[in-house]
Amino acid sequence: MKNYDDMVDDLAPRKYGKIGAAWIIFLILIIILGVIAYIDQLIKGQVVTNMRDYALWGIYISNFVFFVATSFVGSATVAFLRLTRKAWRTPLVRIAEIITVACITMAGITIMIDMARPDRLLNLIIHARLQSPITWDVIIIPTFLVISLLLLYFPLLPDFAILQKYFEVTKPKLSKWYGRLSLKWTGSDAQRALQAKSIRVVAALIFLAGILLQTVDAWLFSTTYRTGWDSTNFAPYFISGAFVAGVGALITVIYVVRWARKLEDYITDYHFDKMGKLLVLACLIYIYFNVNEYLIPAITAKKAEDAHLTTLFTGQYAPLFWLVTVVGLVLPTVVLLFKEGRKPLPMFLVGSIVVIASWWKRYIIITPTLLEPILPIQGVPESWHSYFPSVHEWAITLATLAMALLIITVLIRYLPAIPIQRTAEEQSIVGTFQEAKP
Amino acid sequence: MAANSKKSRRGFLDKGLKIGLAGLVGGIGLSKLSSKLNAKSESPSGDTMELMTTDGSLIQVDSSEVVEVVSSHDHQMDYDVREGIPNRKFVMVVDLAKCKNALSCQRACNKAHYITGENAWLKVYQMQESEDTAPYWMPTTCQHCDRPACVTVCPVDATFKRKDGLVLIDNERCIGCRFCMAACPYSTRVFNWGEPGQEITLNMDVLGHEPTPEHAGMPSLKGTVDKCDFCPHMVKNGELPHCVTACPNGVFYFGDKYEDTVTNGEETVRLSGLLKEKSGYRLLEGLGTEPSVYYLPPVDRLVEFEDGMENFMEFQSVEKPE
Repeated sequence: MKNYDDMVDDLAPRKYGKIGAAWIIFLILIIILGVIAYIDQLIKGQVVTNMRDYALWGIYISNFVFFVATSFVGSATVAFLRLTRKAWRTPLVRIAEIITVACITMAGITIMIDMARPDRLLNLIIHARLQSPITWDVIIIPTFLVISLLLLYFPLLPDFAILQKYFEVTKPKLSKWYGRLSLKWTGSDAQRALQAKSIRVVAALIFLAGILLQTVDAWLFSTTYRTGWDSTNFAPYFISGAFVAGVGALITVIYVVRWARKLEDYITDYHFDKMGKLLVLACLIYIYFNVNEYLIPAITAKKAEDAHLTTLFTGQYAPLFWLVTVVGLVLPTVVLLFKEGRKPLPMFLVGSIVVIASWWKRYIIITPTLLEPILPIQGVPESWHSYFPSVHEWAITLATLAMALLIITVLIRYLPAIPIQRTAEEQSIVGTFQEAKP
Repeated sequence: MAANSKKSRRGFLDKGLKIGLAGLVGGIGLSKLSSKLNAKSESPSGDTMELMTTDGSLIQVDSSEVVEVVSSHDHQMDYDVREGIPNRKFVMVVDLAKCKNALSCQRACNKAHYITGENAWLKVYQMQESEDTAPYWMPTTCQHCDRPACVTVCPVDATFKRKDGLVLIDNERCIGCRFCMAACPYSTRVFNWGEPGQEITLNMDVLGHEPTPEHAGMPSLKGTVDKCDFCPHMVKNGELPHCVTACPNGVFYFGDKYEDTVTNGEETVRLSGLLKEKSGYRLLEGLGTEPSVYYLPPVDRLVEFEDGMENFMEFQSVEKPE
């Protein structure tokens, strides 16, 4: 077993190497391209997108739904595992909390990108009307953001105190910052009790807020008359889909962080095995709701429903639909049922597939439905009968994804990716950087 | 009548003003009325007038009792744009038996609303319920639903429902989220994806006009939603919407549900009678949106469906200027 000083050495945040620097530059370049595209969109209007009166929402919205879904990882793993007292969560929760913060931040930004008049953003507050699902979103997204920030911050307090001491000599400036952020943490019993209680409350809150967030997001669609959206199944369908996207993202990011930070001693095969089982559970629940969403309506198949399902099963969107469903959902479930499939590398591949499929899954939920209105599409240019994102839309969307990754990268640069103090306690190591318990 | 005069008391405080206003009212019958009003006194004049009640029976009233009805002053009233014209409930009836896809309605609408986009607000759909049934032409405007899905989902109250039945848009408040477009089951809403460019393509004096929900499209604003407004700018002046007057076949009837009267400009008929006699219906009644537009089924048609085919353009509804 490692001694305490080595452990803090391992876990304390530090500068990235050359690959890390290249990665950050790459992300920044993508973001700059996206910002340029967005400025152009601001000047010319959304005519630069390929959205039109029928395909009136596009990848901005499906990307938004993806971010919202992925932010569920905070509720799905941190809160859920904490409330069910699963000990194997320790090296995973910090990264999950970071993903949650990054994704919900980007969800908020993405939905504003879809607004054609961002200059009138304040109208959402000045003229807010409570019966609009968008107003529910305006309420729940900032609420969820605040809760997720607290969920990230509270468990960090003891780690900040440790880092203050650790960097005291080598980096006094950084040390001072950690000191400020630690809120004079000494590790006294009173502080510990208060912290434990606060974390419990925030964990319960984020579980509730996460469920509400996914639900409101589903209601954005199910409160319309559109075939394929007008479904009472939609909220649980979205929640279970978010569970899949969240855990998939967690596995992928954890694999990369483990490699970049050399954390193999802390995040072991055992943890991947556990996460694999969690993802199987998520996938099975999601498959169940997919059956409810696509197979059961096929039996009664009202005319519009029938046309919609035909487009998905055998029509224009069939390749994407089956790719997302079979490769992105059924195949991962099968692979993860085997112990060999739950080793780190296969898990990383499966996780990546799940995340990419989750993104396209949102596309397949939004686009086909919009192109099948109740009255026929007539009297508009032929190009309006279909939709594929424009260069502007891709540039902006890739930039939002890059921004989410950049937030994660920067947070992992300055925060310990694995909770130091908690890991130490669990392995009962006591060292110089921590006050010995009386 | 008592209720009407009570509601309007603010506007009628000054008797002189009232008499003056009454004198301005046009129409032969009304000018006769106003001359009687000018001679109005507190005691019965002994002069009687013959008037028709709403249920059609004739009654005699002493001329000193005659008080003007508020609605005859519509075009001079300064009513609240969000509330609507008081005591009115505007409806439309579209007689599918008469429509032969002449598209005059669409051209008139495009012109009157300075439409520069590629999706007209008034569409004439080529419809056929099933293989064995006859095809027909179906003009659609905004349905001005009494339970409008678009208004329910609007987060900022930019699209709103008025008491006179109209669903309008405040383009200076709209944030461009397009939720109303997703919500509308009739796909009636169009979006200004880029600059409308009305001053360039239509030589329109954009600066001379403040956008108002009362005249959609004058001017249109980038990043906001537009749609058929039932032409309140015409209606408040006692005129019919552009599509109604433009139609050479008398397809569109416009009127007031409270008055139970609709007109296509040539004939004026009882709304309830028309809907009963010709089995009127509304689009997608089953959704419960309660539209203000009624349709008369395409039966006993005088024109062949095929005659409309020569005007049918699958991929165009707004003519591009040369």
